[in-house]
Amino acid sequence: MENEKGTSETRLMKGNEALAEASFRAGMQAYFGYPITPQSEVLEYLAAQAPNHPDVVILQAESELAAINMVHGAAGAGARAMISSSSPGISLMQECLSYMTSAQLPALIVNVQRGGPGLGTIQPSQGDYFQAVKGGGHGDYHLIVLAPASVQEMVDFVFDAFRLSEKYRNPAMILADGALGQMMEKVILPAAGSLPKMDAPWATTGKRHIRERNIITSLFIQPEQMEKLNLILQAKYSQMQKEVRWEEIRTEDAAIVLVAFGLTSRICEKTVDLAREKGLKVGLLRPITLYPFPTNAIAKLAKSAQAFLTVEMNAGQMVEDVRLAVDGKRPVDFYGRMGGMIPSPEEVLVRVESIAEKLHAVPA
Amino acid sequence: MEPVANIGGMELVYKKPHTLTEIPTHYCPGCAHGVVHKILMEVVDEMGIQEETIGVAPVGCSVFAYNYMNIDMQEAAHGRASAVATGIKRVLPNKYVFSYQGDGDLAAIGTGETIHTVNRGENIMILFINNGIYGMTGGQMAPTSLLGMKTTTSPFGREASTMGNPLKITELIAQLPGAYFVTRHAVYNTAAVRKLKKAIEVSFKYQKLNKGTCFIEVVSNCPNGWKMTPVESNQWLEKNMLPFYPLGDIKVPKS
Repeated sequence: MENEKGTSETRLMKGNEALAEASFRAGMQAYFGYPITPQSEVLEYLAAQAPNHPDVVILQAESELAAINMVHGAAGAGARAMISSSSPGISLMQECLSYMTSAQLPALIVNVQRGGPGLGTIQPSQGDYFQAVKGGGHGDYHLIVLAPASVQEMVDFVFDAFRLSEKYRNPAMILADGALGQMMEKVILPAAGSLPKMDAPWATTGKRHIRERNIITSLFIQPEQMEKLNLILQAKYSQMQKEVRWEEIRTEDAAIVLVAFGLTSRICEKTVDLAREKGLKVGLLRPITLYPFPTNAIAKLAKSAQAFLTVEMNAGQMVEDVRLAVDGKRPVDFYGRMGGMIPSPEEVLVRVESIAEKLHAVPA
Repeated sequence: MEPVANIGGMELVYKKPHTLTEIPTHYCPGCAHGVVHKILMEVVDEMGIQEETIGVAPVGCSVFAYNYMNIDMQEAAHGRASAVATGIKRVLPNKYVFSYQGDGDLAAIGTGETIHTVNRGENIMILFINNGIYGMTGGQMAPTSLLGMKTTTSPFGREASTMGNPLKITELIAQLPGAYFVTRHAVYNTAAVRKLKKAIEVSFKYQKLNKGTCFIEVVSNCPNGWKMTPVESNQWLEKNMLPFYPLGDIKVPKS
């Protein structure tokens, strides 16, 4: 099964395992984790493969709290570091993610979401959208957030997330869900070594006599200094807007545009087919980056489309960003299932048909 | 340190190590932090390991330790210093790594991280400053506050039945197989300072053996939080803290 490094290969893999394998190939140097369903296979896979990667640190911590602070230490020391967990565990990490963003540390955080709130369920959910894209912890900050919709993207986004996180010295999150983590698909694993090593002259690797000491901190007690740091962060977030990614399917002539990310976007793709079979002009916009959000792309569609339907596996979170983008120009409806329930394409179609009836704009 | 020099007919017998920065510390008069910072950095200087040493500062009075220590440092969230130090040491196994933590940080909010870091035998040094009070936030009860001790959150004195007993975390730590060297010191007189310095030095040396964690408690004072003069606080420390937190080695390496 193991191939020599330096070649890409095709395998049938679970999302969690594919992501873990991709992390080795992306040059990850340190992983810290803690078991939680439905993402435990990441740590299990890494632990099983560890003998093939003697230079990679793989450590099961005593808690998610400790694990993310180990990521802080490793990233601050200049290592390409990573952590994965599922919703309750990600909640525990929010304090440190705020610290890491303020201290400008790059790292990859993977959230294989499960239904909440509370201990919730182990079934897939998208209930952590707000937490992922709006900051999650205290203070003004954002994570870079990528939302995969296939096992292939569970692989590809590991590379993208490391690259973006290091480019902006800001933690990046892959926001997946339990279904993407558990399902098996054919996947092409890129060759190892394609991602250049992180250049981190700011890292705490030992104060060389040729430079001043490096300090990794998020403490700026003088308000003038703290505001300055905030302005630096906000300038980075402005810069990051150019990294926005989205995908559009049959939106050219669409009267009704579905907006969905991750697993739900695949369900909605099927709904688009079903609706088109019935002669309804329906398209799909799928945000790939959730932060930055494809606001302009949605605003543009608000000129041609007549109505939007946002579909999520939550009570309606991304729909708020869609409404901000549409800016009152068109009606924006929402359909969602919660607590680990997955909507079917047919359920979504019922909502689409009801919107179409209201519009009287598309031929039946 | 530099060799003894002759300046203007006077012999230079003491010099601040270049491992301490020029920034004046914010510590209160009589506080032990300044002394511990100084001898820690003297050891780093004398061992010639400034370029190979990475420290982790806590949340607490020593939150700004990185301002005073002229080495690479990271600031950790409250209680997480040993986890951050673990992350650093695991990716830089050949460097000297230490965390510098107070009692609230290490023995209350960070108890889990402390125990598991030592249990894994991380090859780091943990310097634990125990003054039995939360100094930075204004003198609240700490996990190590003595019974009867009056603080702003135990204004009538710490009482075991509702507030629990002071935690002897160093004795607890010594039980763990991952602990290589566990010792308790103080800096209330010059003899004690010299002993602590020796302990710090051997702890750095032990780090190269990869045999486990070195854990040094420094029983310390807090004149401001204890509402005493510096002299009174050291007398109180000797009379009340040391009988409960006796000085000396608790676990030494088997030769």
